[in-house]
Amino acid sequence: MNAEASGRKDVGGAQRISIAILAMGGQGGGVLADWIVALAEAQGWAAQSTSVPGVAQRTGATVYYIETAPMRAGAQPVFALMPTPGDVDVVMASELMEAGRSVLRGLVTPEQTTLIASTHRAFAVAEKETPGDGVGDPAVVSIATEFAAKRLIAFDMEAVAKSEGSVISAAMFGALAATEALPFDRAAFESAIRASGMGVDSSLRAFVVAFNRTRRAAIEPVRRFPEKHFATMPETAGLPELDRLVARIRSAFPQSAQPLLFAGVRRLVDYLDPNYALEYLDRIATLFDLDRSRGGETRSFAFTTAAAKYVAVAMAYDDVMRVADLKIRESRQARVRAEVAAAEDTIVATTEYFHPRANELCGALPKSWGEWIENRPGIFKALDRLVNRGRRIRTNTVTGYLMLAAVASFGRRRRMSLRHAREVAHREAWLTIAAQALESHYELGVEVLACRRLVKGYSDTHARGLSKFDRVMSAVPTLAQRDDGAVWLNRLKRAALADEQGTELEGMLKTVATL
Amino acid sequence: MAERSFAREVEDLKLGAGEMFRGEGILAITKALLQSGVSYVGGYQGSPISHLMDVLADAKDVLDELGVHFETSASEATAAATLSASVLYPLRGAVTWKSTAGTNVAADALSNLSSGGVTGGALIIIGEDYGEGSSIMQERSHAYALKSQIWLLDPRPNLPTLVRMVEEGFALSEASNTPVMLEVRIRTCHVHGQFVAKNNEKPKFSLREALENPVRDVNRIVLPPASFLHEKEKLERRGPAAIEFIKSRKLNEIFGPANGDVGIVMLGGMYNTTMRALQYLGLADGYGESALPLYVLNVAYPLIEDELVAFCAGKRAVLMIEEGAPDYIERDLNTILRRRDLQTKVSGKDVLPLGGEYTAPALTKGVRQFLAAHARELLGNEPPRPDPSPVLADPRIKALAEVVPPRPPGFCIGCPERPIFAALKLVERELGPHHISADIGCHLFSILPPFNVGATTMGYGLGPASASAFNVKSHKRSISILGDGGFWHNGLTSSIANAVFNKHDGLTLIVDNFYSAATGGQDIPSSRAINPRRKTNNSIAAAVRGIGARWVRQIDRTYDVAKMRDTLREALTSNAPGPKIIVASSECMLNKQRRIRPLLAKAMRDGERVVSEKFGVDADVCTGDHACIRLSGCPSLSVKHTDDPLKDDPVAAVDENCVGCGNCGEVAEAAALCPSFYRADIIHNPSSWDRFVDMTRASIIGWFERRRSAGRIAFASNRG
Repeated sequence: MNAEASGRKDVGGAQRISIAILAMGGQGGGVLADWIVALAEAQGWAAQSTSVPGVAQRTGATVYYIETAPMRAGAQPVFALMPTPGDVDVVMASELMEAGRSVLRGLVTPEQTTLIASTHRAFAVAEKETPGDGVGDPAVVSIATEFAAKRLIAFDMEAVAKSEGSVISAAMFGALAATEALPFDRAAFESAIRASGMGVDSSLRAFVVAFNRTRRAAIEPVRRFPEKHFATMPETAGLPELDRLVARIRSAFPQSAQPLLFAGVRRLVDYLDPNYALEYLDRIATLFDLDRSRGGETRSFAFTTAAAKYVAVAMAYDDVMRVADLKIRESRQARVRAEVAAAEDTIVATTEYFHPRANELCGALPKSWGEWIENRPGIFKALDRLVNRGRRIRTNTVTGYLMLAAVASFGRRRRMSLRHAREVAHREAWLTIAAQALESHYELGVEVLACRRLVKGYSDTHARGLSKFDRVMSAVPTLAQRDDGAVWLNRLKRAALADEQGTELEGMLKTVATL
Repeated sequence: MAERSFAREVEDLKLGAGEMFRGEGILAITKALLQSGVSYVGGYQGSPISHLMDVLADAKDVLDELGVHFETSASEATAAATLSASVLYPLRGAVTWKSTAGTNVAADALSNLSSGGVTGGALIIIGEDYGEGSSIMQERSHAYALKSQIWLLDPRPNLPTLVRMVEEGFALSEASNTPVMLEVRIRTCHVHGQFVAKNNEKPKFSLREALENPVRDVNRIVLPPASFLHEKEKLERRGPAAIEFIKSRKLNEIFGPANGDVGIVMLGGMYNTTMRALQYLGLADGYGESALPLYVLNVAYPLIEDELVAFCAGKRAVLMIEEGAPDYIERDLNTILRRRDLQTKVSGKDVLPLGGEYTAPALTKGVRQFLAAHARELLGNEPPRPDPSPVLADPRIKALAEVVPPRPPGFCIGCPERPIFAALKLVERELGPHHISADIGCHLFSILPPFNVGATTMGYGLGPASASAFNVKSHKRSISILGDGGFWHNGLTSSIANAVFNKHDGLTLIVDNFYSAATGGQDIPSSRAINPRRKTNNSIAAAVRGIGARWVRQIDRTYDVAKMRDTLREALTSNAPGPKIIVASSECMLNKQRRIRPLLAKAMRDGERVVSEKFGVDADVCTGDHACIRLSGCPSLSVKHTDDPLKDDPVAAVDENCVGCGNCGEVAEAAALCPSFYRADIIHNPSSWDRFVDMTRASIIGWFERRRSAGRIAFASNRG
């Protein structure tokens, strides 16, 4: 594509090219705009850029706008100060949702616009803060941008920039050069980077990689989630107690549930011991029998599969022993070093933030002891005063390590603890509801199992999750009388995950009550 | 000192005659001040004019060479009062601020200044913060020009015109003994363009000469009977002088054909967008050729009746294009035509939006409607106009609206204000919600998710003042927030002294981040930097004690969330009388990083031992409830989907931009959230002692680890 094709013809017959950059504060959108202006001016064109940085410099979304046109003797081009929806030649979006925003603002049209979009995600607060999964579906953006743009360049330009030790603006500039939306050759683009004099080498590297990438494979498919990783079940695990578990999964359960069952077994062996995993398989086996009796075969045993997942989650409940155990794994130091990108010749010390309370302590005690304390508010309060405070533990020191190792070792005696008794009771009550729901409607039974997703977190968060779970469960008897009960239960679950206080859930429960 | 350097922009100020200036509009104006022989410049920083202040703050050598005094005024009122130097002496002076917010603050001084009039040119550069990107109430500054009789320039938004209007503005001010406002909109301030520079001019009369040869003229003082004389002078002498000057210097411009059945009158600032609208209607080209007669008001006030009448005479109708409400000029235009008995119809807000930014689509629609009513033939067969509506109507695009999240500005990575609001949220969990008066500054981002804290904002430094009424016996106290910028701007007297004097029982939380952070990190009296040109390090806590406050708590590390929370709780429950004041101080992270990052990088390169901190999340410990995010909102604290088949929801994750401020860990600890966070202290260039300790620990821990691993029964990991 050349200038004649991309620029809007005006009355005088001259060409103008308009470029809108949608960026987030701090991404260097201004640098990119400066490069484009410098490039055009160096090529003898007139150019103007504007922006409304204002407070948007603090991480908010913002737009930079550039117009450029050839010089004409005796006249200066009159440039607009903001993009006009329906009349933008090139839109550059430095993040996937910003690309979506550019389309929503009408800046991208099929007749005219080349859209250059980085497909990486920087999640907005609204997406991050929901108790569930508030992340926007990138596929919706892909579909919209492919439809709205005359030409789409979409790949992870942030990753390209990072791999070359540069910033995203350099990669986007490379993509722009490769599209030929501007009538300037690649060398002119590269000169603009050189002339700016800042981080020239790394910028040029990112520029080249993005340039070639745009030429080779301009569109990279986006995915919302990584694939779930299912470990392959080994022929032999080397230990008879483990082999027994694998053999049991293979022989006694349907194919469709096996990957999740193995994931559950692995988790529970890791969490406690092989016997605990065996307990798990026993429990699933009874649920599987129920599933079969309710015609699960025709539904690929969805009930058993859901049970395989959520019973494992329920049995591997989060407690401080588990956390301590995970924090002192042999593999952790290497993982932490990778996560914080520690260079080779550095020493990394880690500090953990714990805040134990009397509740957790009682939970970890043998059932009768824990209850004894809990039933005596005075003692409980005194105990809480003693333990309830933030504790920072340095896992790379010998004392810190040994403290956590001691806590972790208590995990082996979990079965006797108060917390365990409560977890078992809670689990069995839930599974009973699930079994009853299954009796009335197969899908409702599956949904009841899936509601276990609401119980998560530690301390107050955990309590809030439990309360939401209870409120959702309270609707099950009503829903069991409806053919679309499962649909409603699913809605309730999603509402419960939408906000912290459960406001949306309350509203949905009221709706359910009026059904 | 702003931690960002403007050294490159300062070079642009040194350009000489014939050299090409390339840069932002606001910097072109700065250069034009120096070309005009300005003696002194003051102002209060704020978008969109901050860069004028920032560049001059870095331009000591240029200013010293020219003998120009520059100061960062304590407020817009101070800045406006500074122009008093031009009342009796032939000194050219310029001040600048964000408007209308700043003009409101400056109004008292402006009224006095314009009443007595000026001898030297007095120029007020106002950044009209209106439309997209604005952070304040949507109003026109025009009203101030009208009521105080200050001339108002609204130049076409290109650099040569901006520069010319600065130069002409001083001359106009002197010719009419009246201060002049130069109004520049947000995009105009940030427009990148070029102009041919002139040499900088030394002031013809110096401040020193003025001080050493004082002049007094009782007729310039606003007190009867002089004040009545001023009014007469304004109307009878200064006004006509200005009109004569504007006419003779042709400050307003006429474009397009000499004659036509219809024409457009517009404010200079509307020119570029109007030209684009005419282009879309096939009535202009991209280089300023118009098929319609255009009268461009680079001077928005006063209107030049003769010019307007000459333009309108013989036309069936004219369209008046002025942005925002009310339609001051359209009304005046109607009056003028009525008086002169001209039958030209005036169109304006009948076809154009009453309020809001005049975008190309809005103007295209309005101009089209105007022409359809008054000169149908000009529209011809109407070329297709840009129209995204078919695209926007497509279900594939409509689906986007559900998915694309709002992305308002928020606290930066590692911002020290985040833990303050996390603590406030935690206290409200214990004591219930309170009435919270917010103020102006970065801290106002608290009103957005995830904090959702703050009920009203009444003006800069007025947070506590706006809680004044809530001084009655109650089970809950009012909470008000004040930033360090607002504190020194107006807050010390209007808010704190007022609360002390009236024995207000509420809690005032002063957020002290060592800079005027929201406007770009300028120094203020309590800044901790050593600034050779300013007296910094003036304690806020000492100031409030000095003014009579007794319950004052100074917190020197806002990241200590537990302490923050406990202090807030104490303030809300204490029996102490009078205002409860907490000064929460930690350095603005954006500026801190600008300051220390180069130093740390150099130290690392030089092989010095440097410890850097980063936070991380143990993904297998995190349960994906995101409670930590609801108490933080840090851009570097995000979520990620895991490949763990037993996890539905994404887990928290800290990205590589983390600056290790500590908020994550402190919040998790104070709120008893979850133990997923870890802090990693990375020791660069470790000493041999570091290595020895590390190796010893590693070997001991390693022995235990191997023992643990050996005892563990687990499936081998077959990930690969």
